[in-house]
Amino acid sequence: MTMTQPSTIEMLEPRLRDALPSDVSYASIRLVDEAAEYLTVRQDQLEPLQTVTDTGVMVSIWDGGGLGYAATNNLSPEGLAAAVAKARHWAKATADRSILSEPPLSHPVGEYTSPVEVSWDSMSLADRIDLLQQQSRLLGGDNRIVDWEAGLVRRDVDTLLLTSGGGRVEQRFRFVYPNLRATANEGSNTQTRTFGSGAYCGQGGIEVLARFGFGDSASTVAAQAVELLDAPNCPTGTMDVLLAPDQMVLQIHESIGHPLELDRILGDERNYAGTTFVKPDMFGSYQYGSDLLNVTFDPTVSGQLASYGFDDDGSPATKEFLIKDGILVRPLGAAVSQERAGMDGVANARANSWNRPPIDRMANLNVEAGTSTEAELIASVERGVYFHTNNSWSIDDSRNKFQFGSEYGQLIEDGEITGTVRNPSYRGISATFWRNLKGVGNQESVIAMGTPTCGKGELNQSIGTGHASPACLFSNVAVFGGEA
Amino acid sequence: MSQAYFQEISDWALTQIQGDEVLLASVAGEATDFIRFNNGAIRQAGSVTQQQLSLTLINGAKQTSGHVQLAADRALDDARVGRMLGQLRDQLQFVSDDPYIAYSTDTSVSADIVAGAVPDSSDVLGSIADASKGRDMVGIYAAGDSFGGFASSLGQRNWFQRSTFNLDWSFYLRDDKAAKNLYAGMDWSDDAFGLKVAESASHLGALDREPVVLKPGAYRSFLTPAAVGELMGLLSWDAFGLQAMETKQTSLLRMVTDGQTMADEVSISEHTGAGVAASFGEFGFARPDKVDLISGGRHSGTLVSARSSRQYGVETNGANTGEQPESLAIAAGSVPTAGVLAELGTGIYVGNLWYTNYSDRTACRTTGLTRFATFWVEGGEIVAPINVMRFDDTIYSLLGEQLVGLTDQSEMMLDAMSYERRSTSSMNMPGALVNEMKFTL
Repeated sequence: MTMTQPSTIEMLEPRLRDALPSDVSYASIRLVDEAAEYLTVRQDQLEPLQTVTDTGVMVSIWDGGGLGYAATNNLSPEGLAAAVAKARHWAKATADRSILSEPPLSHPVGEYTSPVEVSWDSMSLADRIDLLQQQSRLLGGDNRIVDWEAGLVRRDVDTLLLTSGGGRVEQRFRFVYPNLRATANEGSNTQTRTFGSGAYCGQGGIEVLARFGFGDSASTVAAQAVELLDAPNCPTGTMDVLLAPDQMVLQIHESIGHPLELDRILGDERNYAGTTFVKPDMFGSYQYGSDLLNVTFDPTVSGQLASYGFDDDGSPATKEFLIKDGILVRPLGAAVSQERAGMDGVANARANSWNRPPIDRMANLNVEAGTSTEAELIASVERGVYFHTNNSWSIDDSRNKFQFGSEYGQLIEDGEITGTVRNPSYRGISATFWRNLKGVGNQESVIAMGTPTCGKGELNQSIGTGHASPACLFSNVAVFGGEA
Repeated sequence: MSQAYFQEISDWALTQIQGDEVLLASVAGEATDFIRFNNGAIRQAGSVTQQQLSLTLINGAKQTSGHVQLAADRALDDARVGRMLGQLRDQLQFVSDDPYIAYSTDTSVSADIVAGAVPDSSDVLGSIADASKGRDMVGIYAAGDSFGGFASSLGQRNWFQRSTFNLDWSFYLRDDKAAKNLYAGMDWSDDAFGLKVAESASHLGALDREPVVLKPGAYRSFLTPAAVGELMGLLSWDAFGLQAMETKQTSLLRMVTDGQTMADEVSISEHTGAGVAASFGEFGFARPDKVDLISGGRHSGTLVSARSSRQYGVETNGANTGEQPESLAIAAGSVPTAGVLAELGTGIYVGNLWYTNYSDRTACRTTGLTRFATFWVEGGEIVAPINVMRFDDTIYSLLGEQLVGLTDQSEMMLDAMSYERRSTSSMNMPGALVNEMKFTL
């Protein structure tokens, strides 16, 4: 007979229930239990293996018109009681000074588990290291490659949300983040290619590696880094740009995702992450993009990086259109922001760990597929550049004037790819850029990726967001290259 | 968590080693109160207590590392640390010898504690509320203890602790027109805070004027210390580390390979002695008071981590694994700080830059945007705010051929960032007067 070790949630739930106060307007305890492994082989040498365990709780109390938080990793009954007392203190101290005095939160019950086909643990540590060694050797084969590495990160994150009204949400996330990088150099010319700049990540087990072709990509990554050394600089001019899915990730994230966050619209982020050009009265009528543009908030996509069943305030996740046929229809705002703004939103209250309170975040923010094949998109371009893999990003605090760059560019002339260009960049203005969308790739070209680290909030929080997209074609874009 | 507790738990952990094992233990943590504001009201307020213990178990040339949260409760922590040590010991059998393994064999003992006089956070609420009356104030107050410690089974013991506060806030007029400020330190003073509030308020009048819309082009510009700090923040990603130099990934590559220079007046250093970060690194190596990185406009040094020191045969200067500066300083110049508007004459007063990144990394060509109190100036007088502009220019131009001069006073800026935990980094920056700064959008 085999005895199974109880999970952290099983061990701690009774204690958390005992600590949860019942004499307040609303209280919750959110437990986060994380175990992670960071493996990197750089220049064929295993870097120090990193193992992380991180367990703690955030206590939230709404009472008397105030809201208080307290985060602690002391999970003894005494430690939890101290955290509850601190949260009560802050609720009292903020009474009559809070932006919102009554909790617009419910007491949900439910579960979510990442889809896992092949458990990470079915592959031994020795085999994981060996896989990275193989990839490293493929990356570093050319003498112009001066630095290279292959990496794998696995994070298991279990969460439990208990509320004072009987709510209970348990979620078990399994994340995998593969990585490849090759840097080539000649003189003062250095070029780097990566495996999607970290965007090829998702939920699942070992099968995530095959989903993105991890085992078959190292040679191409290295070859393209070397190829870029001899490539001419990207041309300058106004032309078409075709953005590959691993460039669209960034384009969606910065110039659709962040501008639509309702807490930005409400002003919460103005001191740090910024404001937005989007105003409440735009929803329902504003032409955000051409009629080819359809954008959804969808945490229900199986295996995408930011999929979940419930957000960190317990709101159930559903798919919602944010932009429909080019028209802006819904903001990225969770229950608290919805109440403040008097608008419908989505289930996107998210915290990056137990030690931060939830704020409005992107989850999976996806561009829906169109009808064009990649070949048809290329064939429709008279002169333009095909951008692959983001490597530079900058946008103003209203999320309008942007400049983005890619690792690898391909020149398109008269409907055909005619060569490779280095240091490709483009700049534009969000409010007009999306209206120049003139082609959207079909379902075959869609890749469901993610941004592992999106920074926002005060206190600062870094969290993963998902972005699925086909290749997309834009007209009349200012394109340029690097220095001579 | 106290120094005594760290000593207690690390002493216990160090007794758990077997045979020839070496154990390194370090901790980084905080006990922070935070109050987040918007529209002068409180958006979120609370407390965060956390302390992450990092353990590196070494046997011969093999090493593995683990990180675990401490509860500051021995019963809980002994179990957590014991489990992690067991896991690390199991992992050691799977890893090969590491030719770049490096750790301090020092046996020094030190404690660097500055308690400060940080007030009760609830009390500060009143002062902030008074300052916010009638204004659209947004930002965050964060205060409390930050600490770090190191212990090794070879006998070394170091402790670092600061009690600090920072109020990072903006007064908003409308849309993106705002004055940003930071009041940070170790001893709260209502008078000093009042001066900061008055400084921000003084910008609001000028910000209320009809904005000037500039065309793309090159403009004479004055960059405040905060704006210079934003540029240096970008360079801090990758410019100064030995690994980045050796692998040709540094954004200062042309300085190293082509003899590119900055102006003679530009001297940049990692000045730990003038900052607030710990004077020891994560593997126990001591950090010198100052490491010169750029001297007289020429490349003169690098940040060297313990690992890079073994790989490239250069002595470590206690830099962190990422070889990023934590106490970056630019030496002051000769432009009179009190007369920068007159020195600027006609041009752009850049209060802040934002979202900097590279347009061409190897050429150190950077881009970013103006933000907050940025004004058009004529005849040494502020005319009006400008609408946001994107710049695209090389550091060799901004701090090189186009640099008129650096101000004669530097400003110490504590880092208000709090990813993972409150930062203990800082910058000491002068302002920079630039003859031509290129704006593209």
